[in-house]
Amino acid sequence: MTTRKKPEVWKKDSSFCPGCGHGIVIRLIAELIEEMGVKSRELHAVGCACNLNGCWNDPQLQCPHGRAAAVAVGAKACEPDDLVFTYQGDGDAYVIGLSETMNAGYRGNITSIIINNNNFGMTGGQMSWTTLPGQTTTTSKKGRDALKEGEPFKGPELLSQFENVKFAARGAVYNPAEVNKTKALIKKAFELQMSGEGYGVVEVLCGCPTNWKMSPVDSNKWIEDAVTRYYGLGIIKDETAKILKEAI
Amino acid sequence: MAKELLKGNEALAEAALRGGCTFYSGYPITPQTEVMEYLSDRMPEIGRTFIQAESEIAAISQVMGAAWTGEKALTSSSGPGVSLKQEGISYIAHNNFPCVILNVCRWGNGLGSLDSAQTDYNRETRGGGQGDYRCIVMAPASIQEGVDMMYDAYDVAEEYHNPVVILTEAMLGQMIEGVNLPEFKPVKKLGLIRPYGRAGKDYMEKYAVHYNRMVDELERWESIQTEDADYVLVAFGMPSRVCTDVVSILRGKGEKVGLIRPINLWPFPFKAFEGIRPKAFITVETNETGQLVDDVAIAAKKSGAGDVPVYCLATHHECADEEAVLDYFEKVKSGSVKERY
Repeated sequence: MTTRKKPEVWKKDSSFCPGCGHGIVIRLIAELIEEMGVKSRELHAVGCACNLNGCWNDPQLQCPHGRAAAVAVGAKACEPDDLVFTYQGDGDAYVIGLSETMNAGYRGNITSIIINNNNFGMTGGQMSWTTLPGQTTTTSKKGRDALKEGEPFKGPELLSQFENVKFAARGAVYNPAEVNKTKALIKKAFELQMSGEGYGVVEVLCGCPTNWKMSPVDSNKWIEDAVTRYYGLGIIKDETAKILKEAI
Repeated sequence: MAKELLKGNEALAEAALRGGCTFYSGYPITPQTEVMEYLSDRMPEIGRTFIQAESEIAAISQVMGAAWTGEKALTSSSGPGVSLKQEGISYIAHNNFPCVILNVCRWGNGLGSLDSAQTDYNRETRGGGQGDYRCIVMAPASIQEGVDMMYDAYDVAEEYHNPVVILTEAMLGQMIEGVNLPEFKPVKKLGLIRPYGRAGKDYMEKYAVHYNRMVDELERWESIQTEDADYVLVAFGMPSRVCTDVVSILRGKGEKVGLIRPINLWPFPFKAFEGIRPKAFITVETNETGQLVDDVAIAAKKSGAGDVPVYCLATHHECADEEAVLDYFEKVKSGSVKERY
């Protein structure tokens, strides 16, 4: 059996709930930063991503709710050689921060890693734009009525319409195979940024056992069975092949 | 160096660059737009970063990102645009990021109008966003003074690790005056400020020390013939220019009148009121309800002149002219207007 060393950029254990997908994604990001040998700048805004405060050995910044992508655009303009990425939830990136996220995609050279757990986790499980039809939350107690409250919002698909968005994908972490695939997606998005050629987004479907009121195992099963029916996994747009080849 | 005739907004934009500004992000709004129009080609010309943001919220967020990396960042706007920036300003202040915000003030609540005014005094001097912080607020009365303030604004912001707001008025932004532009300062990038996440609660204990230092060291004002004055006018910005003339006119008639002109609005120049005990203080402000008047009443109390009445001439959306101030002065003297405090 081999043990994998904990990446040094992740300096302190975070305080996510048991069974939450955040920890897996952060681990993947940390491994990639170490493997790629880049200096990162992590920007998160408000929501469960706040639990990252003080956990990062590279520079990190807590941004106003929804604004991380705009702050990242400012930071990237000043430090173009650093890997500048936002780490946000779906509520932060797609709901309150929709404008900032879209505009970063429209013309920024950053990476957005967006955790989609179909609800507002930090505030106790309210409806998000990504909540599935019929899914109960504390503000959709009878189940989300898509006719009145909208269909599940697809961020990477929307972002992929912009010329500047060269990579858009959706991963998941409900089993080891998907974890490995997600790491490959994030790696591609990071490499794209370091080539200086455009914006990349990777959305990751994650469980929220605490607010879904499910066990971690049931949460993973629900993502695989129900969430992926609305949110297809894999690459949505990929123009990196040419770019990365030219960069090499 | 010979003076140049320059429009206020463009002169302050150039002064920011000469003072070291390396990053700008903003969104157009009248009467401030010339600042960003000027910087849009001037900054790339000298190797600095200009971004036209998608909103004022994004602009201040980008300023936050730039300031975090140690750049000297600027944003500018007016009235409603500066309201949108308050979220970011609160975060910037909490993180002790130095930066400069230029508010070319227009009149009004809501959308307001394009008239020159001073209606944002309270918001700028009280912090403006959530929490318990203040911005250092500077208010020029001429384009040259605005240029000098902007030129030194990054030194002040970095010395105190605090955002600086320069509060001008539509009139100062749009008019043209002779200006001496200073030489370019060498630009030194700060190191990374607050590397890990956000400031914790321990920050607020330290903030009290930080706050007291700014209060102790940053009062700035101009006093004109206040020592023997029976009546002391108090005004900043454009109305203070009118009041300076009014003091000369009334002195010519034998009236003992003086003027206190706050140059920094926060911290408020309480020391300017020490040792003077007139029959009345009179503020002259371009707003509806009077805002500066509250601080003058506090200053009077603090200096031991708490029983001296404080009057307010608030001239709505037009800067007071000499006639209006002289007329109001006669009414104060004759007792036909009521004091505010």
